[in-house]
Amino acid sequence: MNYKSLSRFTALILLIEAALMSPALILAIVFHEPRSTAAYLETLAIILILSGLFFLLSRGEKADDFYEKEGLACAGISWIVLGLTGALPFFLSREIPAFIDAFFETVSGFTTTGASILSEVESLDKSLLYWRSFTHWIGGMGVLVFLLALVPRGTRGSGFTMHILRAESPGPDVGKLVPQIGRTARILYLIYIALTALDVILLSFDMPLFDAFCIAFGTAGTGGFAVTNAGLGGYSPYIQWVTTLFMFLFGVNFSCYYLLLRRQPRSVLKDEELRFYFLTFFLSGLIMGLVIHPAGGNLEESMRASYFQAASIMSTTGFATVDFNLWPSVTKGILIFLTILGASAGSTGGGMKCIRIQLIFKDLRSNLKRMIRPGRISLVRNNGRPVSDNVLENLRTYLSAYVLIALISFLLLTIDGKDLTTSVTAMLACFNNVGPGFGEVGPMGNFGSFSVLSKLVLIFDMLAGRLEIFPIIALLSRTTWKHD
Amino acid sequence: MKIIIAGVGKVGASLTAELAADGHDITLIDTRSDVLERLCTQYDVMGLEGNCATMQVLKDAGAAEADLLIAVTNADEINLLCCVTAHQLNPRIHTIVRIRNSEYTSQIMELRDVFGLSLIVNPERSAAWEIERLLRYPGFLTRESFAKGQVELVEFRIDADSPLSGVTLKNLPSVLKTRVLICAVMRGNGITLPGGDFELQAGDRIYMTAPARELSNILRNLGVITHRVKRVILGGGGRISFYLAQMLERDGIQVQIIDQDRARCEDLARKLPTVSISCGDITDPSVLEREGIASSDAFVALTGLDELNIVMSLYANSQKVPIVITKQGRIEELQDIISGLSLGSVISPKQLCSDIVVRYVRSMRDTTGETALTVQTVAGGQVQACEFVIGPGTLHKDTPLIELNKKIKPGILIPAIFHEGTVTIAGGSSRYQEGDTVIVISTINKNIVRFNDIFA
Repeated sequence: MNYKSLSRFTALILLIEAALMSPALILAIVFHEPRSTAAYLETLAIILILSGLFFLLSRGEKADDFYEKEGLACAGISWIVLGLTGALPFFLSREIPAFIDAFFETVSGFTTTGASILSEVESLDKSLLYWRSFTHWIGGMGVLVFLLALVPRGTRGSGFTMHILRAESPGPDVGKLVPQIGRTARILYLIYIALTALDVILLSFDMPLFDAFCIAFGTAGTGGFAVTNAGLGGYSPYIQWVTTLFMFLFGVNFSCYYLLLRRQPRSVLKDEELRFYFLTFFLSGLIMGLVIHPAGGNLEESMRASYFQAASIMSTTGFATVDFNLWPSVTKGILIFLTILGASAGSTGGGMKCIRIQLIFKDLRSNLKRMIRPGRISLVRNNGRPVSDNVLENLRTYLSAYVLIALISFLLLTIDGKDLTTSVTAMLACFNNVGPGFGEVGPMGNFGSFSVLSKLVLIFDMLAGRLEIFPIIALLSRTTWKHD
Repeated sequence: MKIIIAGVGKVGASLTAELAADGHDITLIDTRSDVLERLCTQYDVMGLEGNCATMQVLKDAGAAEADLLIAVTNADEINLLCCVTAHQLNPRIHTIVRIRNSEYTSQIMELRDVFGLSLIVNPERSAAWEIERLLRYPGFLTRESFAKGQVELVEFRIDADSPLSGVTLKNLPSVLKTRVLICAVMRGNGITLPGGDFELQAGDRIYMTAPARELSNILRNLGVITHRVKRVILGGGGRISFYLAQMLERDGIQVQIIDQDRARCEDLARKLPTVSISCGDITDPSVLEREGIASSDAFVALTGLDELNIVMSLYANSQKVPIVITKQGRIEELQDIISGLSLGSVISPKQLCSDIVVRYVRSMRDTTGETALTVQTVAGGQVQACEFVIGPGTLHKDTPLIELNKKIKPGILIPAIFHEGTVTIAGGSSRYQEGDTVIVISTINKNIVRFNDIFA
C-alpha cells in the first residue's frame, strides 16, 4: 500500500470539499443564519487543518506505484472522509444534535441516496438545506472524477489514475471517452453542469430560485433530498413533469450524450442498454398508471404520479409526489424491482444498473446452452461486440457480493425489531441509493427511529452501493493494508 | 495532437511511454487485449482491440480526426495496408510506418509517395548504421551527432590506467589539450551532471561533448590506441547482421557471421556472396575460437536473445577483443544489471527507432521551430540530449551562460553552441543568439520539449 499517495489524495479531496463548501458559507451569511455561519467556519477550519496534516504525512519521496489496490482504497477512504467532514455543519450548528444522524444524513447525500433521518426539513437553516442538496450534486458525478478533471495533460504516472476512475464510476466496464483521463473527466463534468443548468432554468419558471437550485441538485445527482415536507407533491404539474424528464435523463449513460455531441445519434439509438432502460421505464410507468387509475379519475393525474414515481425510483433519485406506500401490492412489486434494477452504467444513478441485469441474463442463457449442449460455443455480446471473460467474471463476483451484503445487512437490521417490509426495503433503498422504501421508511416516513447499529449498517450499504461494493470491501481486507 | 499507434510490441510500448509523457491524445490498436489492458492502466491512453488495417477499427480509433498514425505491428504488409486505409479515411493524416523486411527496403523509397508515407523507420537498419559508426571510430562506447555532424556526444568508460582517473573536471582541458565538456557521469547506476570540482574515478562512464574534428586528438591524448578495424565477427545472423555486413563490406572491413540456423546461414550466403558465413552453436566457445575471436578487431553480439548476447559479449571481452558491441532488446528493464557488466557498447534497436519517431512527432507538433530538432537518449535512457534552434521567442538571448545558470533548472546543461558554422564548447562567457543551434543535456525526468522549458 502506497500510504504517501493515499494521504496526498485525501488531502486534495479535503481541499476540494472545502472549496465546494464555501458557497454554503456565503449563503449562511447572506440569509443571516449566525449558528450555521459559525458551524461552516469551524468546519472549514477543521477541514483545512486535516488537509494540512495529510499533506505533511504525504511529504517525502514520491512513489509512482499506484495500482488497483491503491485506486480502490483511495476511493473508499475519500468517501468516508467526505461523509465525516461533510456532516460537521449539521452537527456543529446543533440542527442535527446526534453526530451519527448527521453522518447518516451526509453519507445519504453524497451517495445520492436521499434517505433522511429528519422528520421535518422546513425548519432547517436554508444554507444547511442547500448544503444537503449540494452533496447530492457532488456525489452524483463523483468527487474523485472532479479531481481527475484537474489533472494536467501528460502528468507522469497519470495512467494509473484509470484505477480511480474505475473505482468511482458506476458500471461493469468503465472506459474513457477520449484518450486522456483529464479531458474525459472534464467532458463528463461539462455535460453534467450543462444538464443541471438547463434543469434549474426550466424549474425556475414555476418555483423560487432557491428551491429550483436544490431540486435540480437532487435531480442531477439522482439524490432525492427535497426542501419541503411534502416532497415534490406541493409543486405544480409542470414542475413534476420537468423533474420526471430530468430524473430519467440523469439516469442515462453520459457517454450517450457525448456521442450526441459528436453527432452520432445512430449509435445512441442502437445502444442496447438505453433501449432497455427506456422500455422498462415506459412500460412500468404505464402499468402502474393503469393500476392506480381510479374509475372516473383524471388520467393525466394518475399517469403523472405513476411516471414520476417510475423515473424517481428507477433513476434511484427517490423524490415522491404521492405516498406510494398506499398503492396496491403489484405497483409496490414493480417499484422494488426498479429499485434493484437501477439506472444505466456511467450515469449518476445507483442500483445494479440495467447493463448488469442484461449481461446477467445473457450470461445465464449462454451457460444454460452450454449445459444442454456441451461443446456449443456461445458468446455474450453487448451492442454486437463480445463481452470479455474478465468483465463477466467481475460481474459474477459483484452479484455474489451484492447478495451476501444484502442478506447480512438485512439480518443486522432485523435486530431493531421493525416489521419485515420496513427492514427489507430500508436495506434495499439504501443499498441501491434510492432513498424511500415502504412501511416506516416510505416516502412520507424517515430513518430517524433506527438504532445506531442499524444506521451504521445502512451507512455501509449506501457507501457500498454508490462505489459498487469493491472499494468499500477492499478497505476491510488485510491484503489492502499490507506493505509490499 | 491526436496519435494512433497500431501495434504495441516493444517499439509501440516504448513510443506510448514517451508520447504520453509529451501530453498527446493516444489511441492504441492491437489484437491482444491483455497487452492493451496493461498499457492502458500504465499510461494515460486509450486502447482498441482489433485489426488495425480494417476501415472499421481505424474509424473507431478516430483516424478521421487523427494527426498521425504510427504503424508498428510485426508485419510489414499490415503496416502498409494500415497506412493506406487510414489515408483513405483522412487524406491529411501523417503516417509513420515500420518496414523491416530487407526485400522491401530498396523498393519502399520509390513507393513512398504511392502509399503516402511520411516517414519509414527500419529499426534493424538504424541499429546497423549506428554500429557501423562505432566501428569506424573505435574508442567510444556510443556516439551521437548534433548540428549536422559537427558536434559529437561520445561515451567512454574510464579504466584504472586511464590518464583521466582521479582528475577533477577543472583540470580536464590541460590533460586532453582540447576544449571539451563532460555532460554526464554514470557511476554505478546513478547519473550526475557534474560541476567543476567533480573528480573522475576508474569505472565511471562519462558522456562528453566535443567538436567532431577533435575526436581523434582526444583519443590520442587519452592514450587509447586506435587500430583501424579490419576484421569483425557478428554473432547471430538476423536482419541487423545482414544490413551491417553490407555496410562493412562497403567500408572494406572483413566480416564473419556465425549463426546456428542452417537455413538462415544459407539464405545469408545467397544474399551476401563475399561474406564468410559459418553455421555453428555460438554458445560453444570452441566455435568462436575456431572463427578466431581472439585475433579479431571487433565482436558484435546480435542474436535475438538478450541473455545470449550478454554471455557472448562477456566471453569476447575475456578474450581481449578490443571492441565489443552488444545488442539489447529490452534495455530499460535490465539497465541496472547490465551497466555493471563489461559489455562494451550497448545498442538498442527499439530505443533508436522510438527516438527517430519521437523526433519526427516533436518537429511535427511545432512548426514554429521551438521544439527540439533532434532528441537522443543516452545512458540507458537516463539522460536526454536535445538540439534546439534559437527562435525569436526564446528567452534570455545574448546573456552570458554564467548569469543564465541561475535561471536554469538544476539538472540541465548547455554544453555546446553552434554559431554561424562554428562550434563553441560552452564556457561561462558563451552566449546564444537568434539562429544559433544549441544543445541541451538534461536528466530524463525534466521533460524538456521546448527550449524555454529549461528555465525555472
